[in-house]
Amino acid sequence: MMADTAPTPAKQLDHRYEGIAKVTGKAKYAAEFSQPFPKANLAYAYIVQSTIPNGTIASVDRYAADLAPGVIAILTPFNAPKLAQGPPQPPARRNLSLLQDKDVHYNGQPIAVVVAKSLNEAKAAARLLTIKYVTKPAQVSFRERPGDARWPKNPGKEPAGNHRGDVQAGFAKSAVVIEQTYVTPIQHHNPMEPHATIAWWEGEKLNVYDATQYISGVKMSLAKTLDIPVDYVRVINPVVGGGFGSKGSMWSHVPLCAMAAKATGRPVKLVLEREQMFGPVGGRPSTVNKIKLGASADGKLLAMQHDVIMNASAMEDFTEHSAGPTKNLYMSESNSVTEKVVEVNLGVSTFMRAPGEAPGTAALEIAMDELAEKLKMDPVQFRLVNYAENDPSHDRPWTDKHLRECYSQAAERFGWSKRSATPGSVTEGNALIGYGMATATYPANRSAAQAVVRMLPGGRMFVGSGTQDLGTGTYTIMAQQAASGLGIDPSLVEVKLGDSTLPKAPVSGGSQSSASVLPAIQDATTQLKLKLADLAIADIASPLHGLKTLDIEIKEGKLFNKNNPSQADSLADLIARNGNKPVEAMGSAEPSESKDSMTSTSWGAVFAEVAVDKDTHMVKVRRVVGTYDIGTLLNKKTGLNQLVGGIVWSISFALHEEAHIDPVYGRVVNESLAEYHVPVNADIGAIDVTVLNIPDIKFNPIGSRGIGEIGITGAAAAVANAIYNATGKRVREYPITPDKIMAARGLA
Amino acid sequence: MKSFNYERASAPEGAIHAGAAKGAKFLAGGTNLVDLMKYGIESPSTLVDINHLELKQVVANPDGGVIIDALVRNSDLADHPLIKTQYPLLSQALLSGASPQLRNMATTGGNLMQRTRCYYFTDVNFPACNKRAPGSGCAAIKGYNRIHAVLGQTDKGSTSGESCIATNPSDMNVAMAALGAKIEVEGPKGKRTISFADFHKLPGATPWIETALRPDELIIAVTLPPAKFAKNAYYLKARDRNSYAFALISVAAGLEMDGDTIKSAGLALGGVAHKPWRNLEAEKALAGKATSPEVFRRAAEIMLRDAKGYEHNTFKIEMAKQGVVRALTLASLGTSETQGTSEGTQA
Repeated sequence: MMADTAPTPAKQLDHRYEGIAKVTGKAKYAAEFSQPFPKANLAYAYIVQSTIPNGTIASVDRYAADLAPGVIAILTPFNAPKLAQGPPQPPARRNLSLLQDKDVHYNGQPIAVVVAKSLNEAKAAARLLTIKYVTKPAQVSFRERPGDARWPKNPGKEPAGNHRGDVQAGFAKSAVVIEQTYVTPIQHHNPMEPHATIAWWEGEKLNVYDATQYISGVKMSLAKTLDIPVDYVRVINPVVGGGFGSKGSMWSHVPLCAMAAKATGRPVKLVLEREQMFGPVGGRPSTVNKIKLGASADGKLLAMQHDVIMNASAMEDFTEHSAGPTKNLYMSESNSVTEKVVEVNLGVSTFMRAPGEAPGTAALEIAMDELAEKLKMDPVQFRLVNYAENDPSHDRPWTDKHLRECYSQAAERFGWSKRSATPGSVTEGNALIGYGMATATYPANRSAAQAVVRMLPGGRMFVGSGTQDLGTGTYTIMAQQAASGLGIDPSLVEVKLGDSTLPKAPVSGGSQSSASVLPAIQDATTQLKLKLADLAIADIASPLHGLKTLDIEIKEGKLFNKNNPSQADSLADLIARNGNKPVEAMGSAEPSESKDSMTSTSWGAVFAEVAVDKDTHMVKVRRVVGTYDIGTLLNKKTGLNQLVGGIVWSISFALHEEAHIDPVYGRVVNESLAEYHVPVNADIGAIDVTVLNIPDIKFNPIGSRGIGEIGITGAAAAVANAIYNATGKRVREYPITPDKIMAARGLA
Repeated sequence: MKSFNYERASAPEGAIHAGAAKGAKFLAGGTNLVDLMKYGIESPSTLVDINHLELKQVVANPDGGVIIDALVRNSDLADHPLIKTQYPLLSQALLSGASPQLRNMATTGGNLMQRTRCYYFTDVNFPACNKRAPGSGCAAIKGYNRIHAVLGQTDKGSTSGESCIATNPSDMNVAMAALGAKIEVEGPKGKRTISFADFHKLPGATPWIETALRPDELIIAVTLPPAKFAKNAYYLKARDRNSYAFALISVAAGLEMDGDTIKSAGLALGGVAHKPWRNLEAEKALAGKATSPEVFRRAAEIMLRDAKGYEHNTFKIEMAKQGVVRALTLASLGTSETQGTSEGTQA
């Protein structure tokens, strides 16, 4: 069946569309632009942050700062323009710190902006401000306060769908039960490119270059925040140096930059320093996952219970849905989940690298390993026994699912059959060797999107959409999709994105850009073909003159008579004969009706081999093998690169990343890339990634589900389970650092 | 950062003259000082750039040892034939530190002066740090203190003006301590030699004074005594990732062997104290003994005697003991050529 309906794969570009521009320095990131605003007037803004976790600002002594060289303006809560902004609508519009009041909710909150002729002058003047506070008692930790846990404000009560079946009855009849608590830490996104904005006004109209994952979102949010018409705002962002979710929302620095530009009458540039990215631009909350699983003696899951508490900022709730995978990753007779928040005086939490599924699989997939061991079952076999043929959380089918093939292919490539089930039984020198595995999963999302295509002179094409390329390959696959519509080579396509004057596209988050934007391009090229056919029919000089639209087919850059292929016209000739005027068509697409009757999810199986040193307790992840079912692989280079990158982040989740909060002052103490650890090359061994490449055409006509986040799921638990297999030590708190391995009971 | 004067010295005499100005600092590789200036922790009135001084040689000393000029870059020193063959412990320690880019800039003299990574020192927004603001207290004692000291610290409570539980972050220093290096310095009053053990100070009652170097003195060279541990040396570093991370604990172990018997030993710990931690009693306990796990364990116990941990770093005490035993064991088995390279790191 698949073969009859699968779309013809688009011809792939071998290299990234924007790759050469990036490696030669020609690609401009948000902070790098020097036009069209008057460059000589450009001023630099520096954000001043609070140094207490809770209280109010009593006074700002700015005398010395005002006299400092180069200073143009200083905005504080005492003089900042009052904004007529509407109430925030998290998470689309966040609760921002825009100097509208004197309240301080966390340590590091933006509380003033210094604008000067140079960055150094702005920063030096910022240090001269003397800020006095009236402090209030602060809560900066939450784990010891489970009694303060409450339902998130939205919906404000227990969400629907949290319970299915009777878990208590399920546990009662289970032959084997495990119950453990798994903890994931606070993390910060840390894309390479810091958040950056250049803002300049042209009368009442506002232009910004902004490092964002969502130009349309910034446009809307800026308009609402500054109370100006949406059409007065233009947002430009041709390339992004990573976002990982932190650039999915508009944070305080963007309107602050616009306010500074307005106040000074100049273009203003505001770039966050690395240290300023630990708080004001979001982070992943810590999750404490209490998981209880029960199974029959033959390994059938009878009950799954997953209760989560997490930190939420005093400013705004955000729920990290780490219990999500427990609802539908496996078939269980019953399940029950809860997710509650505890308020703390920390910055706002937000979406980060596979929100929900990354910590969720990190926790659940250790629990599954523990239960498999107790059942004396192979971990892969245990998962196959509980394979969810349908989505148990909605009792409806998947649009497509080939997870069994993922398990078998990855296990074969990895050599899983060589695994010793006895922990601590394999040594090499001073190292203990272990194998572990886990399931990867991430929902396939899709939103409404629009695109424009143009047939240009010379057989070339243009495609545009107001989407973003985070370094993930959006340019590349847009060129491919547009080209495949007319059967031309993708190297003949010019792509434009990252400009809010282009047709609207959704946030580049939740692994949805390709699944949303490509169908819109497909629609646009279909419209374009009709227009081109009609142009040829009307053109007396065309060999196709006078034919019917339905008789004409377009491929390989030519228009044909379907009934007589030798009767043909070239697209280049057609455009040339018609005054070299481009022919344009718009397209749009939105999620299909099946979205409410079926569930679309990507899948994967991931296996890891680790070596753990007996004395230093350091871990080396020697190998990771992952096989993924992500629908059609749109581009080999950019697609597999995202999966490999995701696995690196998952290793980071397993072993490295954690923001440490000072227990008294509530500041992140390790707010630099020297101390906030992410993996370095020496931490990453061989990564072998394959995809099944089976189109999911019930999800969208391209057959492709998103690929950006699934690599981050599962692998962390595979590493944790491999460490257990190596050492006999179950570390249930991420990141698994040497001290935790040393402290755990076991063999190493 | 605050404005400062910049002077470039072409000879040591000129550098010392310029360095005598109030608030002046010498600039070598800049890998630590410049960061601290950006963070607002260091604010020198004058930076005296000494990179053009002819202090870039590693030469054999007539006494059988080696003289390392102050401006020899960490990467050049680690890769120098004399160091690789005669002092592999130092080579290994250098290669386990920082990243290649940083090692290409960082100098021998500058590494001696590297300041602590204590979070409460490097962030001016924490109100208490006796190093940064003498008398303000020590926020680390009640703070997040996983990277802090377990030996030789001053803990009179978080509000005391004497308290400090910071560690020295250098790897090079740990190896040099075990090797018994000496430091040649020169100031307006002339030249003098400081033993490595005396160069770095414990916090005592003045945690802001970190070395025996006077503000107007310039480090000229480090000398190493004739090599005893070339054949039996191991630098062990436990850390949170496999490169570019400061030591949770590190151990520099050198053994002078006579068959299976230890003639003499050099042993120092990093990541546990305000200075490279050496205890001559442990080295004496090893001398004259046949190698055995018991002998090594005893040395480890002596090294960690009186150690005191905090909420987040008590693990260092046991980890350091295990590290000492492991490093001594590996040193006794013979220096491996791959040690200290990325291939030779643990696991």
